[in-house]
Amino acid sequence: MTAAVTFDNVTRHFGSVRAVDGVDLKIAEGSFFAMLGPSGSGKTTCLRLISGFEQPTGGAIRIFGEDVSAIPPNRRNVNTVFQDYALFPHLNVRDNVAYGLMVKGMAKAARYAKAEEMLNLVKLDAYGDRKPGQLSGGQRQRVALARALVNEPRVLLLDEPLGALDLKLREAMQDELKALQQRLGITFVFVTHDQHEALSMADSLAIFNEGRIAQIGTPEDVYARPANRFVADFVGSSNVLPPEVTRALGGPAAWSSLRPEALQVAPAGGTALAGPVTGLRYLGAGTRITIAGPGADISVIVPAGTALPQMGETIGLTFAPGALHVMEHA
Amino acid sequence: MHSERASLGLRIAAIGGLLFLHLPILLIFVYAFTTEQRGYTFPPPGLTTQWFAVAWNREDIWPPFWLSLKVASIATVIAIILGTLVAAAMARTRFFGREQISLLIILPIALPGIITGMSLRSAFAIMDVPFSLWTIILGHATFCIVIVYNNAVARFRRLSGGILEASADLGANSFQTFRYVLLPNLGSALLAGGMLAFALSFDEVIVTTFTAGSGVDAKTLPIWMLDELIRPRQLPVTNVVAIVVFAATFVPILLAYYLTRGGSETAGGGK
Repeated sequence: MTAAVTFDNVTRHFGSVRAVDGVDLKIAEGSFFAMLGPSGSGKTTCLRLISGFEQPTGGAIRIFGEDVSAIPPNRRNVNTVFQDYALFPHLNVRDNVAYGLMVKGMAKAARYAKAEEMLNLVKLDAYGDRKPGQLSGGQRQRVALARALVNEPRVLLLDEPLGALDLKLREAMQDELKALQQRLGITFVFVTHDQHEALSMADSLAIFNEGRIAQIGTPEDVYARPANRFVADFVGSSNVLPPEVTRALGGPAAWSSLRPEALQVAPAGGTALAGPVTGLRYLGAGTRITIAGPGADISVIVPAGTALPQMGETIGLTFAPGALHVMEHA
Repeated sequence: MHSERASLGLRIAAIGGLLFLHLPILLIFVYAFTTEQRGYTFPPPGLTTQWFAVAWNREDIWPPFWLSLKVASIATVIAIILGTLVAAAMARTRFFGREQISLLIILPIALPGIITGMSLRSAFAIMDVPFSLWTIILGHATFCIVIVYNNAVARFRRLSGGILEASADLGANSFQTFRYVLLPNLGSALLAGGMLAFALSFDEVIVTTFTAGSGVDAKTLPIWMLDELIRPRQLPVTNVVAIVVFAATFVPILLAYYLTRGGSETAGGGK
C-alpha cells in the first residue's frame, strides 16, 4: 500500500535557520497522524510543506506516490484547518463552506446542498446564515472543519486546531475529531504541542525537536519506550537517569527513563533510590513528590489521599522490575 | 474628585475657535444670495436666488467644471490602481529599502504643493512635454495615490493573511482569490480612498497652476474662481460655484468617513 504522505530526506532552510532538517516520514493512508513538538521544532513547517505553502530546500515530498514539488497549493488534493481558522469574514457560514466548490464551478444549488450536508456533519446546520463574527470559538472551529472537508480531500491537515479553545471544549472536540476521522476514513495529519492531545488521538505520532524527528511510533511506543532523553522528558515528563544511576539500579551503563507513576514511595533504607524531599506539587488528582536522588532529581506521582512526607524528610522509592526503560540514544 | 467637564473658560475658547473656523464658510453661502453685484458688504442689502439661474446660463463656467470633473475622475482611477498595488506590496512582503520606499510614496502629501508643482513643471519642461489635460492629471495623481495607499495599506494590515492562504488551499487560483476574497474585503477602503482623492483633486489650485498651460481649456474650476474674484463681475456667481465645489468635495469626504468607520466586521479574519 502506498503511503498517504512520504517525506524523503526533506529539508527547509530559512536563511541560516534549519526549520526542517533531514526529515524522513511515511504517513499511512487512513491513519490519524500527529506531529508533536515544542514551538519552533519544525512541525508546522512540515505541515505547510504538505499543503504547498512552503517549498522544500532539499529532498522530495510525495502525496499518494506523486511528487508534489511542482504542484501549487490550489491543485493539491489536501485541505487545511488553519490555526486561526482563517474563515472569510465577508461570507456567511454556508458560503464559507461552499467556497471550495464555488471556485471549482459547481452550480449554486448543488454546492449549497453539499455545504448543508457538511454543516450537518459538524452539527451546525442551523447556522448557515450567520457571519463568522457572530460565532463562538468552537463553532468557528467546526465551520473551518466543514469548509476543509467539503472538497473531499484525501489528506486533511490540522494546524493546532484546538489551541484557541478552553479545556472542556477542547476535550469534547478531541473525541469528535477522532470519531469523524474514523467515520470518514480520511488521513488526518494533526499538528500540536500538547502531548495529551497527541497521545489520546493519534494512531501514530512523530516527535519533533529542532527540525528533526526525535522518534516516530505509536503513542504506547513513544510513551513507554522513549528513544532518547528529549522524548522521555517532553512526553509525560519522565525521570531521565544518567548511565551511572542506571547501572546502580541494575541496568547497563546507558541513559534510561522511569515514569513518575511507575514509582512507589517506601520507607528509607534498603531501596536503590532514596533521598530528601525537595518538592511537593499538588496536581488535583494526585501529588508530585520530588526527591534529590543520587545523581538525578526524581519525581513520583502519588494518588490523592496518600499520606505525604515532609519537605526535607528522606524517603525511598521502589519500582517494578520492568519499569526501567533503557534508551537507545543519549 | 476630578471633574469630567471642562472649565467654562476652556469651553468658551473651544466654541470661539470653531466659530472662527466655520463662520466664514457660512458667509460664502450667504453671499450667494445677495443682491449686490460688485462687492461683499455685511449685512447683504437684499436676498435673491437669481444668481443660481445666472450661473447656470453662464457659458464660461461649464468648460472649467467639466475639466475639473475629468481631471479628478481620471486622477482617482490612476490612484486607485497604483495605490492598491503599492499597498499590497508593502503589506505582504518584506524587502530591502521597504521603509524608505514607503516614505517616498507618502512624500507628495507631506511636501508643500508649491514644491510638487515647481518640480513637475521643470520636469515637464526638460522632457519637452507640452502642458495639457494629462499634465494636470499627473500632478494630481501624485498626491491622490497617497490617499488611496494610506486607506488600502491600513485595510491590508487588518486583513489576516490566512484568508488568502485559505482561499488557495480550497482550490482557488490567484484571480479567484482576488475576485472573491481580496476585493470584497478591500472594497470599502478603496471606495473611501477614491472619494477622498476625488475631493482633493477637485478643488486643488497650487499644483494645477504649475502643471496647467495658459489656454482657456487649461482652466479648472478652482482656477476659474480665483480669476473671477480678481475681476469681479456678477460676483455672487462665484459663491454659487463655491457651493457646488463644497458639495462635490464635502459629500465624498463624509461618505468616506462613514465607510471606513468601524470596519471591524469586514476585516480581521477568524478570531
